[in-house]
This record gives sequence, structure tokens and C-alpha cells, in this order.
Amino acid sequence: MTLDELPRGDRAVVTALDIRGGARRRLMDLGLLPGSAVHAEMTSPLGDPTAYEIRGALVVLRREQARAVHVEPEGR
Amino acid sequence: MATPLPTPGVGRTPEPPDAGGACASCALAPEATRLARLGLDPGRYSHVVALAGNPNTGKSTVFNALTGLRQHVGNWAGKTVARAEGGFSYGGVGYRIVDLPGTYSLLSASADEDVARDVLLFGRPDVTVVVVDATRLERNLPLVLQVRQITGRVVVALNLVDEARRHGITVDVRHLARELGVPVVATAARRGEGLPDLLAAIEQVATTDDPPPPLRLVHRDPELERAVATLADQVAARFPTLPNTRWVALRLLEGDPGIEAAVRDGSLGDLAAPPPGTVEAAG
Ligand SMILES: Nc1nc2c(ncn2[C@@H]2O[C@H](COP(=O)(O)OP(=O)(O)O)[C@@H](O)[C@H]2O)c(=O)[nH]1
Ligand SMILES: [Mg+2]
Repeated sequence: MTLDELPRGDRAVVTALDIRGGARRRLMDLGLLPGSAVHAEMTSPLGDPTAYEIRGALVVLRREQARAVHVEPEGR
Repeated sequence: MATPLPTPGVGRTPEPPDAGGACASCALAPEATRLARLGLDPGRYSHVVALAGNPNTGKSTVFNALTGLRQHVGNWAGKTVARAEGGFSYGGVGYRIVDLPGTYSLLSASADEDVARDVLLFGRPDVTVVVVDATRLERNLPLVLQVRQITGRVVVALNLVDEARRHGITVDVRHLARELGVPVVATAARRGEGLPDLLAAIEQVATTDDPPPPLRLVHRDPELERAVATLADQVAARFPTLPNTRWVALRLLEGDPGIEAAVRDGSLGDLAAPPPGTVEAAG
């Protein structure tokens, strides 16, 4: 699944980034690399953007950014 | 050891420095640390120090402690709009210090990050102090690694260790220093803790003739390695005084628009500064 589909409060691990160029770089600089743990923290009222906890920092992503991030949800 | 200090801007007679500034846990006392804060004007200086780091790691707090200036300190993003400069002297030697805008990366394009990366890449500071947040180390280390790919003249200031302690976080400073190949100094800049050690590390890195080499990314892919080498040679031919041509080549291969434009219009060459160690008079 992709990160935009991760329910609020859930955790996942990044498996791949399906995006190129500067936008890919930007995500990597935010700490989103294969293997990174992500936690969906808060969603704004319209569901976009969403705040995620990544490597100890809160990062806000727009839906189209989150859609490029493939994740494996953490089994619960 | 009893070097007399030139102390413009400090209205006191310095006492003889004691062994390396033994006061490691109290507010930074200039007379105990061979430090003289020189405010805006370093006069003649021998070394340039750049302060880099993520936003809100305490760069401006360190800058103010060393220069006696009051660069804005605060808890919101985007406050260091451009770079701020000041001076200090340590052990009788003058330093110019530049407080850079906060940046998470030297690779993404944004106005703030461009200022920081141009200074670090092409200004060739004698020492780059990367100020990192000990409570968010993982988030801060990518920038440290990016800086280490550019230069070995680096000191890591592991700041906010007081906050880290409050959260029960301890960082293995010696291990980190060994892995990064550069000095790592634990600091709580707001209370002056660790700043004498930070100054000693800055002095050591500024004056060494033998800094560790920049970290080199190893590409498993020989074709990529060949492309980088070929392109780096071409960049070097076009801009003979430019350092870090390998880094520029990698950026070009990644399609970095800012670097592409700077190569195309030739402005990349303007960024190259005189080599380190040049003694200049401040304008
Ligand atoms: N507890 C603590 N707070 C600090 C320390 N250093 C800086 N701060 C605070 O952290 C905030 C950001 O500091 P600032 O110097 O503006 O960070 P900059 O964005 O990197 O320039 C300010 O509120 C500082 O007072 C420290 O060592 N310990
Ligand atoms: Mg600042």
C-alpha cells in the first residue's frame, strides 16, 4: 500500500519511493528511505495534508507526496 | 601557555588561562577559555568557521556565545534569513564565524539551503561546525554525512545534551566521533556547557595540516562510477579553481536544477573562493 492509505495512528515501514528527481530527493531528505519507520499522526480536517512522525521528527506531507511512498504496514 | 590575549570588546583584563578552561559545566567565562568575543568585526583573522545544522539546533546560540552578538534566537523556522557574520579570537588567533540558515540537506533546492550549501561547498571554510540536536540525532545525521562528503574539516557540536539528559537519552560521543572520523563535542550551548571543549576542537581542526579526507560515497555500479569520474573531469576543466568537482558531477547526474543552471551560465566559477588559510583583512 502507499503512505496516503495508512490509517491515522498506524505504523508502517517504507519499502520504496515511486517518484523521481527533486521530489524524490525532497522525500529522502525528510528521512523517508526504504527501511524508515513511519507513524501517521494527524490528518487535517479535509484529510490533506497529513502529519507523520519520521525518525523522531514531525513531517507534513501532501497526499500526492504520500502516494509516492510505498509502505508495509506494521502487523498488529 | 600564558599567551597574552588581545581583548578588544572585552572590558576586562584577562587572567592567565588555566588548564584548557576547566569550567566545563558553567557559563562560558572568556577569561577561563582563552576566548575574546569580537562582535561584528573580527579585524584580521586567520580562520573562517561556518556554523551549519538543521533549524532549531542552537546554531545562533553558539554564534552569540562565541561572538558576544545577539543574533536572533528563537523557536520558529526561518528566522536566520541570510547568513550572519561575526568574530572571536581564541588563543590569540582571530576567527571569522558565519551563522548559516538552518538546513536539513545540501541536496534539495530552497533559498535558505542554497545559501548554506554555497558557503559550505565553495566558500571552503577552515572549519565547519555542524550543530546537531542530541534529542533528534537520527534526523540530524544525514546533514553531517553530506558535509563529511565535502570536507574533513568538521567538528560536530552535539548540542542540547541537557534536553537529551532530561529525556533519558545518552549519546556515545566517542563512538560517534570514531564513525564520523571527526571530533564530536557534547554541548548545552544555552548554559555555556561544553563550549571550552568546542573551541579547543575548532582550533585543532583549523590548524591541522592533515585533516581526514572527505567521505567518499562508494558506488557499487561501475558504470555510474565511470560517469561521475568523466563528468567530474569535464567540470574541473571548465572551472579549474572549483573544489568538489565530484560532488558537482553527482548533482548534475541527479538533475539538480540549481547546479545545472550555475554550470550553464558560468556562475559556478564565481563561487570558488581563495584556498583556505589565506589571511585577509576584513572589509
Ligand atoms: N535546553 C537547551 N536549549 C537550547 C540550547 N541551545 C539552544 N537552545 C534553545 O533552542 C532554541 C533554538 O536555538 P537557536 O540558537 O535559535 O537555533 P538555530 O535555529 O539553530 O539558530 C532557542 O530557544 C534556544 O534558546 C541548549 O543547549 N539547551
Ligand atoms: Mg539561527
